[in-house]
Amino acid sequence: MMNIPHSTVFGGLLGIANLLLMLAPAAGQATTVEEDMIWTGGLRQAYFGDRPITQSDDLIVLDVPKRAENAAIVPVSITARIPQTHERFIKTIYLIIDKNPGALAGKFHFTPKSGRADLAFRVRIDAYSPVRAIAETNDGQLYMSRRFVKASGGCSAPAGSDLDAAMARLGKIKLKTHGEGQLAEPVSAQLMISHPNLNGLQMDQLTRLYAPAHFVRYVKVSFEGEEVFSAETSFGISENPSFRFFFVPEGEGQLTAKVVDTKDLEFSQTLDVAAAGDQQLALD
Amino acid sequence: MARKKRNSGAQKLLLLQLSCAFFAQSCAAITPKHESCSPATEVLQVAPNIYVRPGHAAVVFEADEIANLGFIVGDRCVAVIDTGGSVAEGRALDCAVRTITDRPVCYVINTHVHPDHLLGNAAFVRPGVEFIAHAKLPRALALRGDIYLERASAYEGRKLDASGIVFPERTVTGTVELDIGGRILTIRAHDSAHTDHDISVIDEKTKTAFLGDLVFLEHLPVIDGSINGWIDELDEISALSMDYVVPGHGPPRASWPVAATLTLQYLTELRDQVRAWIAHGGDLASAQDNIGSSQSDDWRLFDRYQRRNVGAAYAELEWED
Repeated sequence: MMNIPHSTVFGGLLGIANLLLMLAPAAGQATTVEEDMIWTGGLRQAYFGDRPITQSDDLIVLDVPKRAENAAIVPVSITARIPQTHERFIKTIYLIIDKNPGALAGKFHFTPKSGRADLAFRVRIDAYSPVRAIAETNDGQLYMSRRFVKASGGCSAPAGSDLDAAMARLGKIKLKTHGEGQLAEPVSAQLMISHPNLNGLQMDQLTRLYAPAHFVRYVKVSFEGEEVFSAETSFGISENPSFRFFFVPEGEGQLTAKVVDTKDLEFSQTLDVAAAGDQQLALD
Repeated sequence: MARKKRNSGAQKLLLLQLSCAFFAQSCAAITPKHESCSPATEVLQVAPNIYVRPGHAAVVFEADEIANLGFIVGDRCVAVIDTGGSVAEGRALDCAVRTITDRPVCYVINTHVHPDHLLGNAAFVRPGVEFIAHAKLPRALALRGDIYLERASAYEGRKLDASGIVFPERTVTGTVELDIGGRILTIRAHDSAHTDHDISVIDEKTKTAFLGDLVFLEHLPVIDGSINGWIDELDEISALSMDYVVPGHGPPRASWPVAATLTLQYLTELRDQVRAWIAHGGDLASAQDNIGSSQSDDWRLFDRYQRRNVGAAYAELEWED
């Protein structure tokens, strides 16, 4: 195995880490304390101030691979453990990768019309890092599901795909639904955007210049004009962003996706959702 | 940091004997005895005046001598094909050349950007040596060079500077012929396959080809370009008349076109499975968790690279119409 060197910031904080280690009640928690130093040392405060955060998998469950084979495309999925009702629903999920440049990969917004606040997408991970999904409920409570991922180099390396093919498709959008659909029940949908999502961290060694950042910054999906899912995204999202989410079609209608990138280029796509029979939806 | 232990001499000898026992009589082990440079790496003659330094299946930056490297000796000069994973590996190959011939090295051809094939380049930087690669290799190297240096530094336990990354002086699109004296080498730039910038080298005299990582044997094929492109390219080059090929990984010499069969079967089965997974609405993570291969026992490093391959195939195939 290759050792990944600690960053200098990390090294400087090791003294404090050791102190905290001595205070930690169990050996198992010691690693977590060390891993979480960026979070406890400022990241948490920057995004959530002094608001209480419950760390548990009771509200949402974050699923990421323990070790990522390709750090430029790491699958992330979040499963909500409550349905979206008007009385109680998950309003926003934050996805934070502590050690990434720009730790906040995205803020994802849901409504009661989402049906379920489940979400799957792919991220870049630059170094061995905690990954945390923090859900905010409509009444302002925060719950965090935390994992640790061993991956490195995801931000400075290309995904390794055919770059020319990816650029040729820039802005192409696929919007589709999966599985059996039923009226008034949550339906699984997927938004795919062909975009290089350049993060500005990929240096050209010939010119020593960085390719300018150019990435998808906003997506919004509505059914019959009502928002079911939206996201504010950073370059922490992998190239060719893909989002899986749910929505509840109360009847026939149009699912519309709107995408905006950092050059203010706008792309959109619509999908007709039609009723096939009694209470059944004709999907795809 | 302590380096990984190299293979013992006995293991290397075994590797050579096995390789030679397996193939035809022209495959002979050469152990350089020349003292003017050291250490020289052991090479095998796989065809008249064509030599291979065999690699062994391992993960990049976790071992030395992973890829098959080689050189072709002409009447005028020597063409080196791939240089290994470190400057030390490149120097040992350079030394092997000098123990076999007094002809100078005139070309270093990089089959693609991967560090186990290319990080030995720095050992050959000198007047009279021209570096040749696919026209798309410089972009790939520009994007990845820094991370290669960082990871190579961690592995070698010393800080490597930018001189460790050597860009080609001459790039190829289509095909180019090189005359090294008494033999013509055809350099072919391929469409996106193993990477988006693979190159092969055919010695027209002996009909022997260095295919780089277009063909894997023993070591699981790794997709870093296009699964569709790779399958198409293997179909296309299967028609080329070559007697023997040197795969990027696996034995130092194999028959053509049978050598491509396993790579092609693996890729085709993987493509079928991933396409079916996407068609049924399965996501990337579940594809990586569930898609295996009927050949899983036939390949080394299967557990290490299968999930990566499924991910690469999925990311490409989900955009098919």
